[in-house]
Amino acid sequence: MKVTFPHLGNAYIAIEALLQGLGHEPITPPLSTKRTIEWGSRYSPEDICLPFKTILGNMLEGIELGADSVYMLGGWGPCRLGYYAEIQRIILHDLGKKVKFVTLEVPRGNWRMARERLRHIFGPTRTRHFLRGCQLSWAKLRAVEQLEQRSLQARPLEKDHGSTSRLLETQLQKLRMAQNMKTISRIKAETDEALQDLAAATASHAVLRVGLVGEIYTVVESFVNLRLEERLGRLGVEVIRTISLTEWVEEHIFKNALGLYNQYELLRSSRGYLHSFVGGHGLESIARSVEMANAELDGIIHIFPLSCMPEIIAQGILPQLSADKKVPILSLVVDEHAGETGFQTRLEAFVDLLQRRCTYVRKEKSLSRC
Amino acid sequence: MSGRKKVYLGVDVGSVSTNFVLLDPSQPKAYGVVWKKYLRTNGAPVETLKQGLKAIEQERKWDIQGVGTTGSGRALAGAMLNADVIKNEITAHAAAALNQNPQVATIIEIGGQDSKLIILREGVVVDFAMNTVCAAGTGSFLDQQASRLNIPIEEFGSLALESTSPVRIAGRCTVFAESDMIHKQQLGHKMPDIVAGLCASMVRNYLSNLAKGKELRSPVFFQGGVAANVGMQRFFADTLELPILIPRHYDVMGAIGIAQIARETLESQGKPSGFFGLDILHSEFENEGYVCQLCPNQCEIVEIWRDGVFLASWGSRCGRQGGYSKSEAT
Repeated sequence: MKVTFPHLGNAYIAIEALLQGLGHEPITPPLSTKRTIEWGSRYSPEDICLPFKTILGNMLEGIELGADSVYMLGGWGPCRLGYYAEIQRIILHDLGKKVKFVTLEVPRGNWRMARERLRHIFGPTRTRHFLRGCQLSWAKLRAVEQLEQRSLQARPLEKDHGSTSRLLETQLQKLRMAQNMKTISRIKAETDEALQDLAAATASHAVLRVGLVGEIYTVVESFVNLRLEERLGRLGVEVIRTISLTEWVEEHIFKNALGLYNQYELLRSSRGYLHSFVGGHGLESIARSVEMANAELDGIIHIFPLSCMPEIIAQGILPQLSADKKVPILSLVVDEHAGETGFQTRLEAFVDLLQRRCTYVRKEKSLSRC
Repeated sequence: MSGRKKVYLGVDVGSVSTNFVLLDPSQPKAYGVVWKKYLRTNGAPVETLKQGLKAIEQERKWDIQGVGTTGSGRALAGAMLNADVIKNEITAHAAAALNQNPQVATIIEIGGQDSKLIILREGVVVDFAMNTVCAAGTGSFLDQQASRLNIPIEEFGSLALESTSPVRIAGRCTVFAESDMIHKQQLGHKMPDIVAGLCASMVRNYLSNLAKGKELRSPVFFQGGVAANVGMQRFFADTLELPILIPRHYDVMGAIGIAQIARETLESQGKPSGFFGLDILHSEFENEGYVCQLCPNQCEIVEIWRDGVFLASWGSRCGRQGGYSKSEAT
């Protein structure tokens, strides 16, 4: 089958490998652009959140490229995303798109249903071929994350604006083409070395460290978050991501499927602020913010799509956390109408705030850096 | 140039107005504003900027030592002037307020199309908020309603003070506020009561949008064009139960702040200013926007050219800079 799927950051590199292992031909939609959002919004309910619209746009662009099947994640819980696949299936059907729509849902112990689902997922493949696809896909996902992680550290130090992002893009494309584990580890090593060359040798200024929390799609999709990480990097900020795709796959998919997923650790961190799972990444946003405040990061940025219920709950709690822990927190809301100017102004003002605060704290405690 | 007074220029290019301030570094803090000009942007920032500079040139007594730009048009203005500092308006407003009163703890700023709330503690900005999603409760709305009611905007505030029982007007959205206001007019409410109701609903809207969970402490500064409105002043004071202070030059605080920052930056770096000088009045500026087709990113690029020479561009994701004419990139 020719299978298309929605984007989630650079995860497409791993998804392609997985689909090949399953015996399908992956049809990767073009990276999200304004066209994707416009197209997706046209056929979406107006009040739905931005991820829904962008994902639908991805599907339409994938079908345009000749896909005959669409794979989409489903889910349970208070976040609306669990229901999106079903609505998108109906929308595509109403638009007259003749595609097979497969919803990948965590079976949660219902193994008969799981077997039923799995039958639809496999194409013509052999066990060996499939296992190899899984291995390659997982290795690529981890590599993508490592590359992104390193670029977050390198960007605030780069001499030539944009050089880190350009390098990252080149390396990601190499990774996409990689066909064996050896190549993948070579690319990782090569990137590390190249990133060191980009940093200014004289970069002695203290780099501000800002944690990023919020709804996973807006955190990971750089087009949707208006390239938040690049903007912050350029302002001299090292971004500490708290959301990782590999962790998400491990926790929310595998452990959830086996009934092992629990929020014990998260709940321990968020004690005093939030005591239950509120859907999506709401609990994570609070728990990780507490952890980062305790680790004395300079600030925290919280980002989510307009009308996202779990994160609205988090947003209501964060001011108290900010006051208690004395850590500045900026909440950012994005939707398809988000303006870049206002976004950039807020980021610049926030970084100014952190810098001035940093200098002040440094003077008061006579520290060499914050 | 000898005999001319040494000054720093601050330019705040906003959506509605463009403000110019000349700051004399030899005078004590708050009184350093030696010249100011408030112009309507009218959607033409390049022309407005030239108009302001022309006014400075005509005075023939200023020697500009450094330039800072702020406001939503800061990047464009900064490129045209080759400004020494280009900074966001929140930082600029805070700098100007702190200079007049180092104890200031809260700044309410309402401009043409946005409103801001800045929280400071011991001379440091610790939190801020800008209106998101909707522009209900900004200067443009008051302006529009004043002209609809046929009241000069300058008298709007004092008329509100005449009210004895302000009507309650739905203030969540300006369009609904307007229809609610028309309805109240048709019911026969008095003009001062309606105007007061409008001011009260704007204050309510501002506080519920921006002050969520934030502690507003005294001293409170109220700045931006809307601070001239005595009705708004009163309703803020009543709602917050705190005295509201209106700083000197409340209408050009952004420009003052950025001129100060330009001065501090240049003095600490000991560098001469990069300002192009008033010669730019005789230059032709051209800007052009297009979607770059050199890669799949589809960035929306804006370029600015001076007399056919490339100055700067914005919007590229890859960091590509420099004089790609539209035909090359599309």
